[in-house]
Order: sequence, then C-alpha cells, then structure tokens
Amino acid sequence: MSDVKKFMYLNRRAPYGTIYAWESLEVVLIGAAFDQEVSLMFVDDGVSQLVKGSDTSESDMKNFTPTYRTLGDYGVRHMYVDKASLEARGLTQDDLIEVAWEDWETEEEVDNIVEILDSEEIAKKLEESDVVFSF
Amino acid sequence: MADLYTVSKSPFEKNSLEDAIRFSSEGASILLIEDGVYGAMAGTAVSDLVANAAGRKFYALRADLKARGIAEDRLIDGVELVDYAGFVDLVVNHDKVQAWL
Repeated sequence: MSDVKKFMYLNRRAPYGTIYAWESLEVVLIGAAFDQEVSLMFVDDGVSQLVKGSDTSESDMKNFTPTYRTLGDYGVRHMYVDKASLEARGLTQDDLIEVAWEDWETEEEVDNIVEILDSEEIAKKLEESDVVFSF
Repeated sequence: MADLYTVSKSPFEKNSLEDAIRFSSEGASILLIEDGVYGAMAGTAVSDLVANAAGRKFYALRADLKARGIAEDRLIDGVELVDYAGFVDLVVNHDKVQAWL
C-alpha cells in the first residue's frame, strides 16, 4: 500500500490519575486497525504506563496494562521509552512489561518491541514520523 | 525541512518546554503560545532553557504575550514575535507540527 503513514503516539502522563493514557490506547487501537505504521513513545510520567505488576483490584479501576501486551497483535511494531525519564523515576527496563510482535504473513518475530532510547534517538524518531499525536 | 514544536504550558508548571527542546532536532522551530509564552521571558528561573538551546529558533505569539502583560523588552534575545498570520506561515513552512502540552 502506497499511502501508509508513520503514526507516532507520544505519551507523557501517568496511567491512572487522568484519562489521557487510556484515551491514547483507545486511539492507538483504532489507528492500528487501519493498517498504518504505528509506533508509541513514552516519556516523562508516561513511562509508568508500561510498569509491570499493576494491580487495580482495590481501586475500582480497569487495569489496562494487559492491553499494552496485545499491541503486537494489532501490528504495533515499536514502543520507545525515554531513558532519562525512566532513570529519573528509579526504573529500568526490567521494571517494564514486554510486548512481543509477530508478523503472521512473513513469520517475522520479535520477543520484545519495547526499546529504551536516549534524547537524540527520540528526536530522530519524532522527526521521521509523519504524524505525532500528543497525550 | 524541520519540524515546528508548539508549547502551550507554563515552564513553571510543566516540563513541556524542556522536553520540546530536548526532543527536537537541530534546525527545529519552537513556537510559544498560551501559557507557553512565559518561557520567552528573560531573567526567570527557567530562561536558560531557551537562552542555551543551540540550533533551535524560538517564536512567541504576540497576542498571548500582550494578554499576559509581558512587554517585548522583557524577552530573551533572539525570540521572534509572530501574529496569527505568522503562526500560519510557520505551520505551512515546516514539515509538520508537534504540539507539546
């Protein structure tokens, strides 16, 4: 398809205090369903969206962490995390969920599409995107 | 052609301006609008962010500065003022716009 665009979803907010993270995920799922090239970027408190071990059973909120794990099935190829934001919050990649990706047609497989990048690499990814959605 | 970043939040409240600078590429333009225009003022606790950002061109929306009583002689050197038509020109003259909220 010739008109595939690179969509970047930029997530900068923590998951449960506001509706932004959930809304972003909803829009990502819709966009991915239209066969565009979809990537997600997590910076600032947004990195907390990928922290594993989330349990919302005592706070009466829907736990949407499992939804991130399914993004590979929707054709999301890349999830990028800002190294500095992660470090500022005392986190490492070991604290984050893993998201596998498999292309059913070519059988190409990636164990984990979550990738840690520095500022310069993030700037490049943002610049290469055709559209950036901020959440 | 490079990208245009718009920053609409106060640098004293949020780190949007800091991030816009950090995640922009050399040659990018950063337009301060709404409460983002506070980032254009000289002599503040955060003005070094803009003053020290090499390779980025800064703009501020005049209407938002005026609404907040920020006189033009209080701005960081090199920040260019634009009106709404100038805003449109910036949008069309860049590859794309990234909004930093």
